[in-house]
Amino acid sequence: MAIWRSTSLLRASLALRRAPAHASFRGLATSAPSELKKTGLYDFHVSNEAKMVPFAGYMMPLAYGDVGQVASHNHVRTSAGLFDVGHMVQSIFRGSTATGFLEWLTPSSLSTLSPYTSTLSVLLNERGGIIDDLIITKHAEDAFYVVTNAGRRDRDLEWFNQRLAEWNAGEHGKKGPVEMELLDGWGLLALQGPKAASYLQSLTSYDLTQLTFGKSAFLPIEGFNLHVARGGYTGEDGFEISIPPSQTVEVAELLAKSPVQLTGLGARDSLRLEAGMCLYGNDLDEDTSPVEAGLTWVIGKERKENGTFIGAEGVRQHLKDGPPRRRVGLVVEGAPARQGAKIFDPSTKEPLGAVTSGIPSPTLSKNIAMGYVLSGWHKKGTEVEVEVRSKMRKAVLTPMPFIKPRYWRGTS
Amino acid sequence: MHAILRQACSSRSSALLRPQIMRPRVFRAPQLSRTLVTKRYTVEHEAVEYDDATGLGVVCITDHAQSSLGDVVFVELPVLGTKVTQGDQIGAVESVKAASDIYAPVSGTIEEVNEALASQPGLLNKSPEDKGWLCKIKLSTPAEMEKLLTEEAYKESWESV
Repeated sequence: MAIWRSTSLLRASLALRRAPAHASFRGLATSAPSELKKTGLYDFHVSNEAKMVPFAGYMMPLAYGDVGQVASHNHVRTSAGLFDVGHMVQSIFRGSTATGFLEWLTPSSLSTLSPYTSTLSVLLNERGGIIDDLIITKHAEDAFYVVTNAGRRDRDLEWFNQRLAEWNAGEHGKKGPVEMELLDGWGLLALQGPKAASYLQSLTSYDLTQLTFGKSAFLPIEGFNLHVARGGYTGEDGFEISIPPSQTVEVAELLAKSPVQLTGLGARDSLRLEAGMCLYGNDLDEDTSPVEAGLTWVIGKERKENGTFIGAEGVRQHLKDGPPRRRVGLVVEGAPARQGAKIFDPSTKEPLGAVTSGIPSPTLSKNIAMGYVLSGWHKKGTEVEVEVRSKMRKAVLTPMPFIKPRYWRGTS
Repeated sequence: MHAILRQACSSRSSALLRPQIMRPRVFRAPQLSRTLVTKRYTVEHEAVEYDDATGLGVVCITDHAQSSLGDVVFVELPVLGTKVTQGDQIGAVESVKAASDIYAPVSGTIEEVNEALASQPGLLNKSPEDKGWLCKIKLSTPAEMEKLLTEEAYKESWESV
């Protein structure tokens, strides 16, 4: 859920060494380029030998020490990893008409969502294109906790503020205005992996078997009282823990002990892609509808027909006529296909679409990718060709997620 | 090789870099020696080891390059018999995080490729300048070697970045 093009990462990491030279010029400049921000864990990362890289406006850890991306990735799949996702934007929406407001901004069914339950959702523009993907957690009819992407911070906040002003100025505002509180500077840590639950259980008296996938709660953790949501961005069981600024370092230290390993952005990208999850900026943008993106499931059932949300008309047209193109998974032979690789009809060589994310999968040892193809070409098993370095490579449409997710859905 | 690493280097003043390449390092076979094996480098992190007895140059990526790339999972090698010109893209190295192009450090014909890399791409990490060699080029213009970087100049090219 964050903007990052894998091919630009190494470039960034090497470019970093030039920082001191730039810094001196920056001091002289009258209009300084926007400074990179730091999460509350910057010093913590550095003391843990992180390679820090610019990412979505922040300096973030790419990897730690000499742990390679594949080893780090595998550790999360087999044990547990801790990710700093404190660059993401956390906010609270409050007010007696908060449910209505967020149902205007998104196609989700929030009125029927149980308290302390989260859902993936999308902010839509007037055309039904995705401004951002986000996680909405309902605490009550009048209180929601929302996490949006760091790379979309400016666009999202402007959108929220404009829509809030509009909402509060109208008849809804008279019934009860909605306010947004930005949790700026708050920490957000993701503890992910098959050993995440047993590790966290050792730190809390709360029975974590009761906290199933998509649920959240305030948990007593070694004297802290923290908002914990079960879920994540890896396809593994895990938790996302929101932490007040003054406690972030202490909680990170508490959560980063063996077997948990600190995990950087590199592994985060390969884990999310294996899990078939979208990265905004790669796989989603403002010209893509949730129907094209394979996110029709985030649209509430009762809202498909007559929900009055922004962008509903465009979304309904795609629901009714079928979308012109669809997000699909691919397994590519030979070379890994990366973002931008074109997809072709193997017999006529007509273009069908393009890859939006692609990597050699560390778990599967196959080249996996997601991308968009014309409707009709989206069925699993369809054979296509993908162009990598001017050569056509065979590829097969493959259902996502590429790995079997291991979310905790309770004992059954 | 690859654009990623190249970026880091080219972002320095290229005026600073050029004189290094042109630095008149002595490169002349001593008269009595029958063969002379010389190793030279490019700012794009390829190395070539040239044996003037066979006329073959063994091409590899440097240890610095492999450590920056991380775990190599796929290597694309040039086709045997291909005629290449210095600077042509002849293959690619893929790690999980990125794809990186390999450029011909010298002109000539591809005489041999390291087939072991197809099944063991990890050789590029374990032994980049020995078992992880990429291909052998029959040099058409051996004088090109003289314009490549010495080990010392190559190290300077990225250490000072």
